[in-house]
Amino acid sequence: MDLTLVVIQCLNGMQLGILLFLLASGLTLTFGIMDFVNLAHGSLYMVGAFLCATLTFWTGSFIWGVLLALPLTALAGIAVEFIVVRHLYSRDHLDHVLATFGLILCIDTMTHLIWGAEGIAVPLPAFLNGQVELFAGIIFPSFRLLIIGAGLIVAGGLYYLVNHTRLGMLIRAGASNRTMVSALGVDIQTLFTLVFALGAVLAGLAGMLIAPITEASIGMGNEIIITAFVVIIVGGIGSMKGAFIAAMLIGLIDTLGRSYIDDLFKLAMSTEAAETAAPAVSAMLIYILMAVVLTFRPQGLFPPKVR
Amino acid sequence: MTDQLDIARPARSTLPLTRIVTIGVLVALAVVPPLAKLSGYDFYLDLATRLVILAIAAVSLNLILGYGGMVSFGHAAYIGIGAYAVGIPAYHASYGEFDAIASYNGFFQIAIAVTASAVFALITGALCLRTRGVYFIMITMAFAQMVFFLFVSMETYGGDDGLVIDTRSELPLISLDDALTLYFVCWAALTVSVYLVHRITNSRFGLALQGAKGNEARMKALGFNTYAYRLTAYVIAGAMCGFAGALLGNFTTFISPEMIDWTRSGELIFMVLLGGTGTLIGPVVGAVVFIGLEEILSDITIYWHLPFGILLILTVLFFRGGIMGMVAMLVESRRD
Repeated sequence: MDLTLVVIQCLNGMQLGILLFLLASGLTLTFGIMDFVNLAHGSLYMVGAFLCATLTFWTGSFIWGVLLALPLTALAGIAVEFIVVRHLYSRDHLDHVLATFGLILCIDTMTHLIWGAEGIAVPLPAFLNGQVELFAGIIFPSFRLLIIGAGLIVAGGLYYLVNHTRLGMLIRAGASNRTMVSALGVDIQTLFTLVFALGAVLAGLAGMLIAPITEASIGMGNEIIITAFVVIIVGGIGSMKGAFIAAMLIGLIDTLGRSYIDDLFKLAMSTEAAETAAPAVSAMLIYILMAVVLTFRPQGLFPPKVR
Repeated sequence: MTDQLDIARPARSTLPLTRIVTIGVLVALAVVPPLAKLSGYDFYLDLATRLVILAIAAVSLNLILGYGGMVSFGHAAYIGIGAYAVGIPAYHASYGEFDAIASYNGFFQIAIAVTASAVFALITGALCLRTRGVYFIMITMAFAQMVFFLFVSMETYGGDDGLVIDTRSELPLISLDDALTLYFVCWAALTVSVYLVHRITNSRFGLALQGAKGNEARMKALGFNTYAYRLTAYVIAGAMCGFAGALLGNFTTFISPEMIDWTRSGELIFMVLLGGTGTLIGPVVGAVVFIGLEEILSDITIYWHLPFGILLILTVLFFRGGIMGMVAMLVESRRD
């Protein structure tokens, strides 16, 4: 095995992990605070990507595209919360998943109506579209490096927001005892809307960051959202720390599994058998990890403390 | 013990109207589509075949969702497993390799479909049922996605693109290539499934299952191993849905991972909810309305997912009991 390649694959795994964290943090926030399961989170990821694509073409700059698309995604999140989601807080989880499943159908079709059935490729500015040499011989696309950097900054910002600001204090208080917080005179409805919008922005950001690599396409959120669910199941639903660690773990395991599991199998079985079994196993790897974690810790690795 | 269970027995099929609706729906399904076929509307028989097969899947889902309170968001996995259990042996019978499983024999294929589904349900169910609520929803979803990616990764069987089944399951005396025969086989399977669920939910086992949904702590205190009851129901539902999958494979003569996509599982849940969770015929009614709406709306516009999604949201917000819930309310109001 080539060590340089291993390092590059680890970086790729981190990049996937960062994207998963951006998605999973929003899911875990809305679940931890509002006890709300949002299947349509992946649709906000898609909306972010499409908004960014259009704005990049209008402004001629990817950076402006992202900066303008972020508040618009927040608005989209607020609209969704206002029209549908807030009527569901008092319902059970089955209602949450079904109504947000309906939301996916609506949002996907509206995206189809507005942007058409084709995907939109997002061009990168020249200074992001190159490669950088990190260490001797390790060359990595600069945009992927930017994703990792941006994600780590956002993770740090979220940590600061949740643990060291007044809003974060309210969020934590709301997560442990909703009734008490509203009895103390906090407008819990506004808090919920804010948190939902924050989740939408995080998901939208993930979509904007991936759009230049893949492209903005309809249904792009529906696949990755399941992986994001695996992340929060493994990390413990409602835990931000768990979401971060599990996202990194799953990003790395998935990427490295796809690259190296056939080599690993070749040590134990014939080349032919290894080449048949490896794709199937690497496709299932993160779900096997989830199963193992659940066997030993049904509440995930870092279950939030419940009072 | 038996006495206490008798008290808990819900006011079920004693309501004559629900029983009339149940029998009426099944009879209508037996008569109307074949008549349409005989009058030259072949298309409606095809539509009805798909409907009846999905209704079996919905009935099986209702057993765990409606009666057992387990919201499985991965039920489409069993449809896929069942369909691949028809497709893979047929593929090897046509193109060689893996002689052990190469066969067109319908009984063999269905046996594989049901066994594989039951085993998958047993393994994943044993893990899923350790958890509750949202965890359960997401984990069932994730395991279905695992099956999805497993089939995607199997290049031999077409991977992403799927696989055409050249030869349908061979059964003695009848040929599934005849559309009308296939329809009646599916209809008979549906009727048996409905009857089976009727018997299960009214048995001691079924009542304990419903008891565990209503008040788990009490059932445990009474000495019931609720985990074992749930897991058994989960396996039965999985096997039943695997059977539906084998029928679907025979109907479409095409298998692809897309059958397992998690949105398919969502559609199955919608059918159950639309018809009425925890009612015997509800899922069948739900499937009829669902497929009917899908057909009508997709005829009007390619953007039919939009009104469909809005309808789904409205159903959740304002229409909790489903269609059979409305029927029950009608019965109640007439009594007053």
